[in-house]
Amino acid sequence: MSAITSLSLTAVRDKLAQKEIKAEEATRACLDRIAATEPKIRAILHLDDAWALAQAKAMDAAGPDPQKRLWGVPVLVKDAICVKDAPTTCASKILENFVPFYDATSVEKLKAAGAIILGKTNLDEFAMGSSTENSAYQVTANPWDLTKVPGGSSGGSAAAVSARQCFAALGTDTGGSIRQPAAFCGTVGLKPTYGRVSRYGLVAYGSSLDQIGPLARTADDAAAMLTVIAGHDTRDSTSAPRDVPDFEAAIAGAPDLSGLTIGTPEEYWDEGVDDEVRLACRQALDAAGSLGATIVPVSLPHTPYAVATYYIVAMAEASSNLSRFDGVRYGFRDPSAQSLEDLYELSRTKGFGPEVQRRIVIGTYVLSAGYYDAYYRKAAQVRRLIRQDFLDAFKQCDIICGPTSPFVAYPIGQMAGDPLQMYLSDIFTISLNLAGLPGLSMPVGVGRGSGMPIGMQLFGRAFDEATILRAAKGMAGVLPDMPEPTAISGESVF
Amino acid sequence: MPITAAQAATIAKLAKLRLDDDKLEAFAGQMDAIVTYMETLGSVETSGVEPLYSPVEHATVTRPDAVVKNCSRDDVLRNAPATDGQFFVVPKIV
Repeated sequence: MSAITSLSLTAVRDKLAQKEIKAEEATRACLDRIAATEPKIRAILHLDDAWALAQAKAMDAAGPDPQKRLWGVPVLVKDAICVKDAPTTCASKILENFVPFYDATSVEKLKAAGAIILGKTNLDEFAMGSSTENSAYQVTANPWDLTKVPGGSSGGSAAAVSARQCFAALGTDTGGSIRQPAAFCGTVGLKPTYGRVSRYGLVAYGSSLDQIGPLARTADDAAAMLTVIAGHDTRDSTSAPRDVPDFEAAIAGAPDLSGLTIGTPEEYWDEGVDDEVRLACRQALDAAGSLGATIVPVSLPHTPYAVATYYIVAMAEASSNLSRFDGVRYGFRDPSAQSLEDLYELSRTKGFGPEVQRRIVIGTYVLSAGYYDAYYRKAAQVRRLIRQDFLDAFKQCDIICGPTSPFVAYPIGQMAGDPLQMYLSDIFTISLNLAGLPGLSMPVGVGRGSGMPIGMQLFGRAFDEATILRAAKGMAGVLPDMPEPTAISGESVF
Repeated sequence: MPITAAQAATIAKLAKLRLDDDKLEAFAGQMDAIVTYMETLGSVETSGVEPLYSPVEHATVTRPDAVVKNCSRDDVLRNAPATDGQFFVVPKIV
C-alpha cells in the first residue's frame, strides 16, 4: 500500500493544497490500491478511472484552489446516488442500464468542492438489507475477513474506505445502512439529521427515513465531508433551511469533553449484546470519562418495538416509492410483454430481486384497505413514542451512546435464508431513523474473540452533529489506533 | 390466521408482481412470520397519540412559481426502453 492511501482525508487534502502531492498522484494511488484489493473485496460496481485521471490532470494543470475544501481528494459514491453520465444501478437488475443525466445535489457539492469521484460502490439492492448480500451483481467481502459480510446496505462504501481504496465515500442510512457497515468494517460512519443533507438524486427507499452521509476513517474526515454535502436545497423540500456550520472547525483543538454528559440507555447495553462488543464499548466510555465526560444511565423504553415499527414504515414507503419502476420511462422492460399490464408485471417481476419483492409485497399488505390502521397508522403512533423517548433522554444528557450492532460481522450466507432474523439484527440502529436524529458509529477496537472491528454509536440532538463528531474525535484520540484491515494487507493479489 | 399463498398472490397482484407458486408459498411463510412479529405493536398503548409520519419540523420552503427548463426532451427519453423520439412507447392499450 502506498503511503498516500494510508493518509486520512484531511491529511491528503492538506498535502494536495500545499502541492506536496499532485491530484493525479492521489488518484493513481487510489486506483492502484483498488486494482490490488478489489478482486478480494468486490466493493465497487462501476469504476471510472479514465474520467478520474483526466479530471485530476486538468486540476493539476490549473493548480490547487483554496476555495475548494476537497480539492483533488478521490472519493467513492454509493450506487443509489446519481452521478451524471455514470451508471446508477442501485445494485438492481431493473436499473442495469440506467445512466442519469444529472448529479445528485450531494454529488454536485462534492464536485464543486474539488473531490474526484472514482466510481460507485456496491449495496444491498435498493439499500434493502444489512449485509450487502442482496446485490444483484456481487457480494462484497469484509476487508478484515473475506469470509464475513461487510454489513449493509452501504457495505461497498464501508469496505472501500476500510481497504483504503478512497479517502471517504457517500453512503445512505435508512435504518442503519451507514452506521452498521461502518462498525463491521472499522470505519467512521455518520448519519446526519433528517433534513441536513439534500436527497435530490438519491433513489428513494423510505422517504421519511433516508439520509445521505459520509463513511470515512476519522471524525475530522467525516466532518469535512459533512460540511461540504450539507445544506438546504430547493429541489428537496425535506432539506432544512438552516445554516451549516463548519464542522471541521467546530471540532478543532485539543480533545476535552468536560461538561459533556453521555447517556447510556439500558436497553442498548444489557441483553443480547455479545460480551466482546460490550467490553470494547465500555472501554470507549471510559476514554470519554478520562476526557471529563459524565456518564449517566438513561432509558429508551420503546426500543423493543423499534424493529416492528421500522419495518412497517420502511416497507410501506418502499412499496409506494418503487411503484415508479414500471418498465415505461426508464429501467428494465421485459421484451415479451404484449399488454400494458404484462409490461408492468413482467418487468417488475424479472427486474426486482427477492428481498425487494418481499418488502414491496409486505408494504402493500400493511397499506391495503382494512389493514392500514392496524399496521401503518399504529406504527406511526409508536414512532412518535420512540421519538419522545429520545427527546426525554436528551433532557438528561447531551449525547447517547451504545453499541452499533449486538455482534461483529458474521459469515457470508449465515442469515441469508432468514429475513426476519436479519431485520432483528438492526435493533440498535433503526430507532434513530424513526426519530430523524443524527448518529455516528466509530471504531472502538477489535473483538478479543473474533478479531473483528467493533463500532459504538453516538446519538445527538437534531442538527447537533458537531457534538457527536467532537466526542468521537476525543474518544478516538484516547483509544488505541485502529489497525489496518488484516485480510487485504498484501501489496498485490495478482 | 396465517397468511396463505392465495392471499400472498392477491397482494402481489396489487403490487404488480407475478410470482410463481413456489415463490408464493415461500413468501407466504416469510410474510406470516414478519407480519406476526409486527403485530407485537398491538400491545403498545397508543390511544390519543398523534401519528408521526415524518420527522420534518420546518415549514416547507416554497420557491418562486416560475417556469424553469432544467432538462431537455432528449435527456428525459435517454433512459427509456422504447420511444418514437418524442414520446415513451408502450404496448397498445385500446
